[in-house]
Amino acid sequence: MTAVSEPTPGPSPAPAPAEKSTLRRALDQKRFTVGLTITAIIVLLAVFGPLLAPHGQNEVVGPTFSSKGLFGTDYLGQDVLTRLLYGGRVILLISLFATLLGMVLGVLIGVVAAYAGGWWDEVIMRLNDVTLAFPQILLSLVVLTAVNQPRAWIIIILVGISHAPRVARLARGVALGIVSRDFVYAAEALGERRSRVILAEVLPNMSAPLLAEAGLRLTYSIGLVAALGFLGFSTDPNAANWGQMINENRLGLTIQTWAVLAPVLIIGLFTVGTNLMADGVAQVAQRGGGSE
Amino acid sequence: MTDVVVTDALEEVAPPSGRHGAAAWASWFARRIGLAVLTLWLVSILVYVATSSLGNPVKAILGRDYLADKARAAQLTSQLNLDEPLVTRYLHWLGGLFTGDLGTSIASQRPVSELIGSNVVNTLVLVLVSAIVMIPVAFGIAMLSANYRRRRPDTVIQTILLTLAGLPEFVIGILLVAVFSTTVFHLLPAVTLVAAGGHPWDQPKAMVLPVATLVLAVAPYVSRIVRSTLLEVLDSDYVELARLKGIPERVVMRKHALLNALVPGIQVIALQLAWLAGGVVVVETLYNYPGVGFQLVDSVRNHDVSMVQALSMIIAAIYVLVNLIADVLSILLTPRARTAISS
Amino acid sequence: MSATVSSDRERAGTGIAVQNLRIGLTARPGVDVVDDIDLVLKPGEVVGLVGESGSGKTTVGTALLGYTRAGALIEKGKVLFEDKDVLGLPWQQVRQLRGEEIAYVPQDPAAALNPSIRIGKQIVELLELRGIGTPASRLQGARDGLAEVGLPNDDEFLRRYSHQLSGGQVQRVALAMAFLPKPKVLVLDEPTTGLDVTTQGMVLQTMGELCRSHGVAALYVTHDLAVISNIADRVAVMYAGQIAELGPRETIFGQPTHPYTRALLDSIPHLSQARALTGIPGRTPAPGARPDGCRFHDRCSYAIDECSAGVPELREVAPDHLVRCIRSEQIGHWDISRGTVPDSDPNQHREPILTLGDLKVFYGHTEVVHGVSFEVGKAEVVALVGESGSGKTTISRCVGGLHKEWTGSITFEGNELGKGSRSRSASDRKRVQYIFQNPYLSLNPRLTIEQIVRRPMELFGLASGKEATDRVVALLDQVALGPAVLRYQASRLSGGERQRVAIARALAAEPDLLVCDEITSALDVSVQGSIVALLEDLRQTRGISMLFVTHNLALVRSIASRVQILNAGNVVESGFVVDVMDRPQQEYTQRLLANSPRID
Repeated sequence: MTAVSEPTPGPSPAPAPAEKSTLRRALDQKRFTVGLTITAIIVLLAVFGPLLAPHGQNEVVGPTFSSKGLFGTDYLGQDVLTRLLYGGRVILLISLFATLLGMVLGVLIGVVAAYAGGWWDEVIMRLNDVTLAFPQILLSLVVLTAVNQPRAWIIIILVGISHAPRVARLARGVALGIVSRDFVYAAEALGERRSRVILAEVLPNMSAPLLAEAGLRLTYSIGLVAALGFLGFSTDPNAANWGQMINENRLGLTIQTWAVLAPVLIIGLFTVGTNLMADGVAQVAQRGGGSE
Repeated sequence: MTDVVVTDALEEVAPPSGRHGAAAWASWFARRIGLAVLTLWLVSILVYVATSSLGNPVKAILGRDYLADKARAAQLTSQLNLDEPLVTRYLHWLGGLFTGDLGTSIASQRPVSELIGSNVVNTLVLVLVSAIVMIPVAFGIAMLSANYRRRRPDTVIQTILLTLAGLPEFVIGILLVAVFSTTVFHLLPAVTLVAAGGHPWDQPKAMVLPVATLVLAVAPYVSRIVRSTLLEVLDSDYVELARLKGIPERVVMRKHALLNALVPGIQVIALQLAWLAGGVVVVETLYNYPGVGFQLVDSVRNHDVSMVQALSMIIAAIYVLVNLIADVLSILLTPRARTAISS
Repeated sequence: MSATVSSDRERAGTGIAVQNLRIGLTARPGVDVVDDIDLVLKPGEVVGLVGESGSGKTTVGTALLGYTRAGALIEKGKVLFEDKDVLGLPWQQVRQLRGEEIAYVPQDPAAALNPSIRIGKQIVELLELRGIGTPASRLQGARDGLAEVGLPNDDEFLRRYSHQLSGGQVQRVALAMAFLPKPKVLVLDEPTTGLDVTTQGMVLQTMGELCRSHGVAALYVTHDLAVISNIADRVAVMYAGQIAELGPRETIFGQPTHPYTRALLDSIPHLSQARALTGIPGRTPAPGARPDGCRFHDRCSYAIDECSAGVPELREVAPDHLVRCIRSEQIGHWDISRGTVPDSDPNQHREPILTLGDLKVFYGHTEVVHGVSFEVGKAEVVALVGESGSGKTTISRCVGGLHKEWTGSITFEGNELGKGSRSRSASDRKRVQYIFQNPYLSLNPRLTIEQIVRRPMELFGLASGKEATDRVVALLDQVALGPAVLRYQASRLSGGERQRVAIARALAAEPDLLVCDEITSALDVSVQGSIVALLEDLRQTRGISMLFVTHNLALVRSIASRVQILNAGNVVESGFVVDVMDRPQQEYTQRLLANSPRID
């Protein structure tokens, strides 16, 4: 009832928050813009890196673990800078697709569970709990046991599927807050089709928290894909890959630190960037993504 | 849909009775345990199907030799019972789980239970020590930050936490190694070396980096959640009333705010401890720490199906157990949930 | 208890006085939340501080305790209590005053009692901290306090948590807690919001008795004029951060002099007579958007040019009667029966459009409505009245197709309606439209007003393209909204405007029956007045029938011709509004009427 705590009504004083899209409001946040800048730089580096590379990715340019070149050479005498410029694409692509897969699956499961309610909800979420009992990296490892050389699509599916139950839990929570609002009942009373109720009434009101979740999932995807590389499970043992580079050169950490530190730092920067972005969007979502 | 009648005063809420309460508690607890068992059972199906029927383990083990070495292939197939139908194999394996027979390792040809016993203990110690360090650190930082809410120290702390929260654990680990053991300083060992029959904690120095890595990977997240719950509670009507009632600020913080922020804190800690169960895979590999994670990665590389099955069941069981404890604790600390069960 | 009562009288202080108080926003210097507040509370007196949302009444209330919410700060003024300025004291001393001398009863006690501390402990917490009395005396005090507010005081009750109490009980616990340290000043912040009328009646009575017997000076902050007229000795009417009118209760309700007070009173329905309710045009301006000069002049029907020139002083127009209006002498007298209209005629011809036969409603296995039958005639408004839990909203949701678990029959123009909206024909869905209680939840915040209003036309194939847009504009005009809102999202509209959009959406389907579920209860009274006027106009011009769900009996008199009184899922009394309200037959109806706060 305090005048202070009430949002200023009236079109006149300031544009009401809901008029601006989530993205536009996120751009007002310092942490979002910083995160976006870092992410953009690394994505550009990963995409166009091979064009800038001074050598071929499997070209031996000097002795092993020497300090030749900007970041020196690696365990086979390949140029670390070159491999760094080559090694981002795979991680970037796999992470992006895995995130996309996980988000689509998770949102679908979560929203359907919330909207259908009752028995359906119970079963879906119970099964979901089972998959949650599995740490994400474990799921990939268990399946990789029976696979000799993982292909990119296998890793995409494994990482994506391991995201799905976590995304579903969040999506269900957000959706539950929306499906019980009167405007959804209003659409029901008018006799709108169920798919339209989900697509036109429920989903648009979830965009901000889902966007934040996607950012977070991307951060985790990068971490997971890189970790798999670090553990020695990468798609092509010869091709450069940031995660795998750490694994390959670990023994040389004392002699040629950059061979390990360069990929470590770039992965760290990348995840910090995406995480800052995700948190920026989450801040916007928390202040009521235009829903209040 | 209860109806409020004028002479309501007494009969609205039935007082929880002691004996009835105990029975209700027992039945709630039984249900909760049943649920945990059900979860583990479904996990076992998932693990078994994923390891032994999605791909061909024999082909994976033998690699290029698969076509050449027919005899070895046949021998492996029969050792893994791959010639039997999936359901029979699964039931056989599940029966083994209950009797403590976890199968035989393909790589070393020794019983799995013999191989993993000490590693399980090592991992539990690592997780436990990390938790004991992490919980007070995370809560302390959260309270400090909430105290300075939205002022300079809070912003600085939050920025640092947010940055740390974004880093994968192997990045944190390698940076720690580079700083404290190889490149900058040479204070701590980079790998854990354990003599046969010994334990990692025989050299406490060797535990420092693995524990620090796990704490740094988990504490920022916990701390951020606890801070935001604290702020939420501090903004609540009952905290406002406590202030308007003239209660001193430190009592408000201690008795009114912290108590109500504890439960979400416990839940997030449980979630993160469970997450540690996955985090150990990477951290143990990084430091060659002889725990289940290290062993799991090794077994996956060797396509040692029985080992992977046993180890992933153990990790899932740790997760389920931690969640169970957290659930019980949260219920005990939330009066509303507590009375809902006992009445 | 009698001994303590007399000693309380002796203890009674000198009251409290607010002088020239101004509270601003930290983020926007120069913008005031409240300004120029002067108010005196005498011992044993209840002063009602009444205003609509955004008037700043709660801000004034908590300022008496030297407290502002985050974002606001006290810029100038004094709060004088026993020769001390509360606002000027060091904070340790302010804290000492709080609770012991100046106590506060919160708006929503269910949220204001700590969920994890037992109530017995919470009641004595302050005494314990201050070391007042012994554990035994404190416990006895808590028991006596609970008995005073009519609650049980055994150990079992003291061991409960707040969630184990009903709304009325929680509110009375909050009262007992505030009275325990025997304060001299009490600030009550809308303490009966959300309670049923009978419970509200009891709480108000308890509170009044306690204040008078303990000699407490009380400030009762509320938006509800009817409640104020039942309990306050003096009334201050606030508008846009200032006191517009201040005077004894009889004067404020008998000879209101400020145009705003009059407009407010004109928008309130009476129990004894039907009225043509009116609203106040425009909306309450927020801090920073308030007009120069008299803050009400842009919505005032008596305004002249001078009203916008300077801020009017709060002048004494009669002893103890202060008014902030330069034209108070020129605007004539006010009559409480202004706006009275004849009750609807019981003998007019009726043709039923909606018939409920033996409706039983279930939630799971629980039957919550036990066989209800009634009819709604063409162009007739039937009110469903009851307290919370009576099943009134449940019945309306069944009619609207939002609740499926029922047996019996709901017949609309001769054909049976299906259980849920999905089992009804498009024509049935189109002709029965449901309007929700809370306009903040019933409009999709992602859609524009145009998209919201035109959707039913597209869905039912009534209009499309340019024609639909034209119709939307015409409908918005009918609900008194300009075409400018077409491109707005709902978040830019006030509550009243949102409810108009919701009505326009219902009208877009060209319905024959509107099911209105408490559609004015989330709105300020002046907005309620204009919504009711709009509905009455729709009934007359379009011949729409309405099923009007409400808990407000006075509102029923002004809007409905027939009424069904519900209690615990049964119709206890029904008939023509005039008959039921003037000659109630059932004890339950009589009690409801007796407990309803009234200004007439």
